[in-house]
Amino acid sequence: MIRRDLTVLSNVVASQNELHERFGGVVPEIASRAHVRCILPVIDEALRKANVKLNELSAIAVVTQPGLVGSLLVGLTAAKTLALATGLPLVAVNHIEAHLYACRMQAGRDIFPAIGLVVSGGHTNLYDCHGPTDFEWLGATIDDAAGEAFDKVAQILGLPYPGGPAIEQAALHGDPQAFNFPRVFLKEPRLEFSFSGLKTAVLYKATGIPGSRDPVPELTPQRVADLAASFQAAALDVLVSKCRKALRQRDRTRLLVGGGVAANGAFRQRLEEMCCRQRAELFIAPREMCTDNAAMGAIAWELLAQGQIAPLDLDVTPGLVRKPKPTPV
Amino acid sequence: MTLNATNADEPFDCEAQSEMETDALGAKLAGAAEPGLVVGLIGSLGAGKTRLVRATATALGADPSCVNSPTFVLIQEYFGHIPVYHFDTYRLRDVQAFADLGAEEYFGGDGICFVEWADRVASELPLDLLKIEVTAVAPTARRFRFTASGPVSQRVLSRMK
Repeated sequence: MIRRDLTVLSNVVASQNELHERFGGVVPEIASRAHVRCILPVIDEALRKANVKLNELSAIAVVTQPGLVGSLLVGLTAAKTLALATGLPLVAVNHIEAHLYACRMQAGRDIFPAIGLVVSGGHTNLYDCHGPTDFEWLGATIDDAAGEAFDKVAQILGLPYPGGPAIEQAALHGDPQAFNFPRVFLKEPRLEFSFSGLKTAVLYKATGIPGSRDPVPELTPQRVADLAASFQAAALDVLVSKCRKALRQRDRTRLLVGGGVAANGAFRQRLEEMCCRQRAELFIAPREMCTDNAAMGAIAWELLAQGQIAPLDLDVTPGLVRKPKPTPV
Repeated sequence: MTLNATNADEPFDCEAQSEMETDALGAKLAGAAEPGLVVGLIGSLGAGKTRLVRATATALGADPSCVNSPTFVLIQEYFGHIPVYHFDTYRLRDVQAFADLGAEEYFGGDGICFVEWADRVASELPLDLLKIEVTAVAPTARRFRFTASGPVSQRVLSRMK
């Protein structure tokens, strides 16, 4: 429940309960059957916590993309039913765009136009954000997402899950220049990412080069720390550099960063340094709004203000839809 | 690319010396594939499973900028001449979670399914499966071992030989 002034009245996440336990906190979103069980209690809880009744609402917002089709359909069906029963307008929200809107909520003021980066386990996407609801796709990863690379490298190095915090912690005691890992596309103007080769380069350093008989150095705590620090440095070099390139290419002076990897302290520091040099303002979503949450659905107020009301025959779009670049005037 | 042709139900080995040769192998698989085919990919981290799916899906007309790792999002769909459904079971804790995804609804349908880490969900996969084991033999060289276990996968594999 979010007020028009973006005050969050309640923000209920189903994965905090028994569902979370069943899936060990790893993949709570997969079971559409579990979604069916949870959706009505979650709606009730959100109303109760906000102390709001259904007939006091102004609109119903629902995520229609991207995601798993089963889970999206459960949410959409519930939202359509509520909209039909109450006569309230239905507003369709893009989950990735909502991640960037979390920065607007944190700022408490208009922060557009801006460059936006959503960087998580599933996504590494750059946008030119012309306005609060107008996001132009600039580029994404062509293989692994940045957060996925952190998790997989953590596994290669024998570090715990989730990999992001584990790598960051291990890197504190390591030398970021111990290994010169690849920084893919770093020198190229293209606004795309590739982290699969970096992952494989760490793998070869940790476990040996395939087909080679050379002995592999023992994976001591110091070697793990050096590998973690060198990996993190390479990944962050590319992420920060592509943000800088996007700011310059698009002549923007604000950078918005959302998604789970934005919780990485070293990443935040590197972004702050770069934005300081570029004289750009940096907006990073607060930690609780970096991960998946309902409050960032506040973007629906912007859509509603523009009259972007969805029809009741609305369908879900499971894959990532890239809006075509606007034709130059 | 080295091809080692054998009989219908025997494994078929193929070695790619570079990413370009992996692309060529993907194109070959795309040319031989037919709707209803389910491909199970087996290989360790960094073996090149996603790379082969990317090569095949792109050859089938999917937008290359859309084809990436589904480890976190679990399923991706690409729309080329034939729909491609790309599954990744890496994050799933057990086979039940894979069943909960509704994966079987995709099998035997209008598209081609790729399942990464297929060995982790073997009991949930169809009997008619084109199994591909991927092994790194040198930094950029990969060995692909194809095994067909039913009419569709055998047809596809014989077209590849």
